[in-house]
Formats: sequence, structure tokens, C-alpha cells
Amino acid sequence: MTTTSTHETEIVADPRVPLVRIVREFDAPRAKVFRAHTDPELIVKWLGPRDLTMRIDHYDCRTGGSYRYLHSRNDEEYGFHGCFHEVRPDEVIVQTFTFEGYPDSVALERLVLEDIGNGRTRLTATSLVDSFESRDAFLASGMETGINEGYERLDELLGA
Amino acid sequence: MPADALSRVFSALADPTRRDMVARLAVGDATVNELAEPYDVSVQAVSKHLRVLQDAGLVSRTRVAQRRPVHLEAEVFDLMTKWIERYRRQAEERYRRLDDVLRTMPEELPARPDHNPAPPDPSDPPPRGTSR
Repeated sequence: MTTTSTHETEIVADPRVPLVRIVREFDAPRAKVFRAHTDPELIVKWLGPRDLTMRIDHYDCRTGGSYRYLHSRNDEEYGFHGCFHEVRPDEVIVQTFTFEGYPDSVALERLVLEDIGNGRTRLTATSLVDSFESRDAFLASGMETGINEGYERLDELLGA
Repeated sequence: MPADALSRVFSALADPTRRDMVARLAVGDATVNELAEPYDVSVQAVSKHLRVLQDAGLVSRTRVAQRRPVHLEAEVFDLMTKWIERYRRQAEERYRRLDDVLRTMPEELPARPDHNPAPPDPSDPPPRGTSR
């Protein structure tokens, strides 16, 4: 086994349940990775998409806490919120996630941090949504073409 | 329903045998018998896999003389992989920014109680992580 410093993100879309799993390794101990997920000042530096400005309304990352943040570009603004169901320092964050454009939809997210030795950490982030349609929209989100255009193209290709 | 169509493509590609078949069809059209050859399964089982791929719009079958070769609808396949790849790339970009944040963070928080050389009270039971 060789350890290299960069491990590209892996993505799994499960065929049986509507979830997406992301696995990524970091050259930093768990405590640091955890802190970068809980300290609002650090979160704004990496969580938002590059072309959007992220503003945190509140981010109270502890069991029973909640969060809300906004991504904006020019005069468009997208809000996201949820609550923290279980937060165990350096180990686990279980939270809900709602895009305010679809307030009735909610994803259940679990972030697990594992110590893989040599001061390195493996992050596994699982998002479970309530339908395959939501999952696929989630996967297709942020695409240049946009979800609707994507579906239209797929429709065309599939001859629907 | 477009979303159902997308789900069908996803689940069709979730099976390793079907992914392998798609990879081989990417090289060129093949008959069912040719596709069945490398696998330790019956031609019927391969036909079943093909039907799933066909229902998802990923492959089509045309009659050419006596043969009915299977053809990969490369555009549908490309669109799917592009969607997933794009999502993956976005996650990777995000985590590269996190890499940078982690690099610039101080090694340890100086004020963390577990780095305090003198324990505040030896009779204090919780050793770790119970309060923050």
C-alpha cells in the first residue's frame, strides 16, 4: 500500500436507496478537519461554490443546534438551512439539509471522520434524500446547463 | 417522466456486469453471444442485462442481415457520466479549498483543555469529548 498526498474525491450513487456518498482523504488530523466543518469563519472559505459568495446567517454546530447560510451572485440569492441531530467532536456530524427553493424537501446527511494514521483523515459524507428524483436533481445540481435543460436533453436523447 | 428515465440510467449502470458490457460496447457493436462469452453466465442472463440497458435507453439493437448486434447509445451514456463527473469535480474543487484551509490552520488550539499540563482536578471524571 502506498500513501499519496492527494486522493481524488470518489462518488457513489447507490442504485437501491436514493443516496450519494462522497469519500475523500485529507492530509490533516481529524480534529482539524472537524474544526474546518464547524467554525463558520473557516467554512465560508471552502464550502460555497467558487462563483458564488457565501454568507452565514448562523452556524451552531452542536447536537440540537441549527444552521442557515446563503449563496449569492449579483442579485440572486439561494438559502440553505437545517439542524444538527448529532455532533460528536472529531467523529460524526448528522444533520438535515434543505434548499429553501424546495422547502418541503430535506436531505439527511452524515459526515464521518476516520483516523487513517500518519495524521491523515478519511471523510465519508452520505446524503440520503426522499426520492430518486431528488437524488438525481442533487447530482445534476450546479451544472452549467442546469437541471431542466439537462432533463430536456436526456428526453431528446431517450426519444421521450 | 424525465426523472424516472434518469433513474433508470443510474440503476442500469449500477451493476458491474452491465457497466462492463457498456465498456465493451464502447469499443464497437457486438452480438449477444459475443457479449456473453467472457462471463460465467448464461446467454439468457446476458439478455436480461441487455434488456435493462435497453429500457434505460443506453443500448439499441438493430437487425443487420442475420445478426442483431447491440449498439451503445454513446450520447446518453456520455451525458450520464458527465453529470456524475461534474458533480464529482465540484466536490473535489470544494475539498481542495478545504485542503488549503487545513494547511493554513494552526497546528493545535493552544487553549484546549487536553493540552493543559496540569489537570484541573484529578477527581474530575470525564477524560474526553463530553463538553465543548
